[in-house]
Amino acid sequence: MSINRRQFLKIAGISTILGIGGTAVVNGLRKGDLEASQMEPNPEGLTAKRWGFVVDMSKFKSEADVKRVIASCHDIHNVPDFGNPKDEVKWIWKDDYEHVFPGQENEYATEEMKGKPFMVFCNHCAYPACVRVCPTKATFKRKDGIVMMDMHRCIGCRFCMAACPFGARSFNFRDPRGTDANGQPFIKHLDPEFPTRTKGVVEKCTGCYERLAKGKMPACVEASNGGIVFGDLEDPNSEVRKLIGKNYTIRRRPELGTQPSIYYIIGGNENA
Amino acid sequence: MLEKALSGSRRYWGWVFFLLAVIGAGVIAYLFQYQYGLTITGLSRDVSWGFYIAQFTFLVGVAASAVMLVIPYYLHNYKKFGRIVILGEFLAISAVIMCVLFIFVDLGQPTRVMNVMLHPTPNSVMFWDMIVLIGYLTLNLVIGWTTLGAERKEVAPPAWVKPLIYLSIPWAASIHTVTAFLYAGLPGRHLWLTAIMAARFLSSAFAAGPALLILLALIVRKTSKFDPGKEALQSLAKIVTYAMTINVFFFLLEVFTAFYSNIPGHMHPLKYLFLGLEGHSRLVPWMWSATILAFVGLALLIYPGTRRNESILPIALISVFVSAWIDKGMGLVIGGFVPNPFERVVEYTPTLPELMISLGVYAIGFLVLTVLYKVAIAVKEETEGVEIPH
Ligand code: SF4
Ligand code: SF4
Repeated sequence: MSINRRQFLKIAGISTILGIGGTAVVNGLRKGDLEASQMEPNPEGLTAKRWGFVVDMSKFKSEADVKRVIASCHDIHNVPDFGNPKDEVKWIWKDDYEHVFPGQENEYATEEMKGKPFMVFCNHCAYPACVRVCPTKATFKRKDGIVMMDMHRCIGCRFCMAACPFGARSFNFRDPRGTDANGQPFIKHLDPEFPTRTKGVVEKCTGCYERLAKGKMPACVEASNGGIVFGDLEDPNSEVRKLIGKNYTIRRRPELGTQPSIYYIIGGNENA
Repeated sequence: MLEKALSGSRRYWGWVFFLLAVIGAGVIAYLFQYQYGLTITGLSRDVSWGFYIAQFTFLVGVAASAVMLVIPYYLHNYKKFGRIVILGEFLAISAVIMCVLFIFVDLGQPTRVMNVMLHPTPNSVMFWDMIVLIGYLTLNLVIGWTTLGAERKEVAPPAWVKPLIYLSIPWAASIHTVTAFLYAGLPGRHLWLTAIMAARFLSSAFAAGPALLILLALIVRKTSKFDPGKEALQSLAKIVTYAMTINVFFFLLEVFTAFYSNIPGHMHPLKYLFLGLEGHSRLVPWMWSATILAFVGLALLIYPGTRRNESILPIALISVFVSAWIDKGMGLVIGGFVPNPFERVVEYTPTLPELMISLGVYAIGFLVLTVLYKVAIAVKEETEGVEIPH
């Protein structure tokens, strides 16, 4: 871990001026650019009043189904793999029934139900606790319901991580653009289409806003073979609403009032 | 007045250089963290706040202790506190400086800290916490410096400080309340989601803060010619006794609600802290030490014989202080994250660099405190015996 001369000067400089003001101004400008590009929406872009997901558990039959969905997201979003749970960054992953729906566990549930791989990711809540607490508006909710992150504004206070009751958020404890001890990059397949992040900021699933803008479905939806369905919850004719109307669905910790926008069809034949 | 801090005994300079050395080590550790990120701490995506934020939370309590002197002195004209009120105000200044520094070292992107002001967000409690902390720091700086300056000239302080002093009373309560709201308003963190969180913060602060203040006053008495007055310290000790009793009572209320209701989410963090959960019990010895210290401290304080005995009193005060420190400085913050939202237990232990940075921040606080106390005591020694109206 040797520090070269340039890095040393950088640190020395920062410690002398305690590096405030300057960076903040630059951030402000960058933010402006982002907004400018949002001013000209692609006419093909997908729009909705409130985007939501339905996860159909009957479609997740094997480990391969799960892996394919996770990879589809993590590969195109340059999600780093630090190889240890402490620094872990993840946008979508799986967990079992008991841990995804704590408080609704059923000690007599079948082994099959207990072993089902529930896909979890940011719920894009209608009343998101993360947005409420963020002191810089780096986490914000768009009009279409997508809960977004501005990684250039985030100060890394991690208040949002304490507030999110779903553990959906990850923090870049180290530089995701770096390499491990063997020189292997943390980002296994760098996708130049999507920005990489810096250390010290929080990130999470952003509802594939970049794909929606180009008229494409979220990556996980595309890769799931019908396991994850995406659509406008406010539109009674949307596929998600039809599924919710036809099936018994549950959400994670609805009692907390954040109104999660992911509905799970847990199936199990007669329970449906 | 600051020049008074520039002349001192060898022991004074030895202490100052010791603090500077600890600060230096902390700065080096911080540069290391700045370079490599918070990965050098024990924090994880499951326990995303740890030692730094816990110290911040605890020190907010210490900061508000000044008000326990201000109220009796200015509102009830309790003259005995006149001599030590300044010690409380200066302790508040150093505590708030430490609070701000602990938040700063916890940030992932410290150079962007000004974003909080560039994009003011009134719905965020953190935004308000910043405002009340900076306000409280300013109030105590202005009040402390002006009243001490007046005392030095042996005149009454200017009339305009009075309203500021009165303002500082509710302001002290606000820094606790707002800091408690950082925690108490978050859905899904059962240990924190409790309406008496702010009340618990106040009671523990009014126990730990004045306890530290008495200990500092005893040190001052030993190392200088300034005598804070036995009766004043005894009155403060009574305040500590009441506050600590209430603090323990409030905590037991939490235990009752969690366990009698038998709601798993409410029981889990308490079980984790005191019994261990799913085989994880890193904090158990700490929490039981805090419990024993709380009761030992309380017993010694409640029984007048031991409270009045000045060689036993410090033991009681240290017990109370350490107990409150473990409770706030470790249990409260970490317990809020365990178990995580998936009801899984992931533990946390601070790392060596994390502790070095924390020690560095404490050393900065103590350096500020030393300099301020040096000035205050020099003035007190000069004006010894002069009765000044307030
Ligand atoms: S799941 Fe968590 S991060 Fe996502 S919107 Fe809801 S509260 Fe925010
Ligand atoms: S870590 Fe970033 S996104 Fe989260 S609350 Fe702080 S500033 Fe907002």
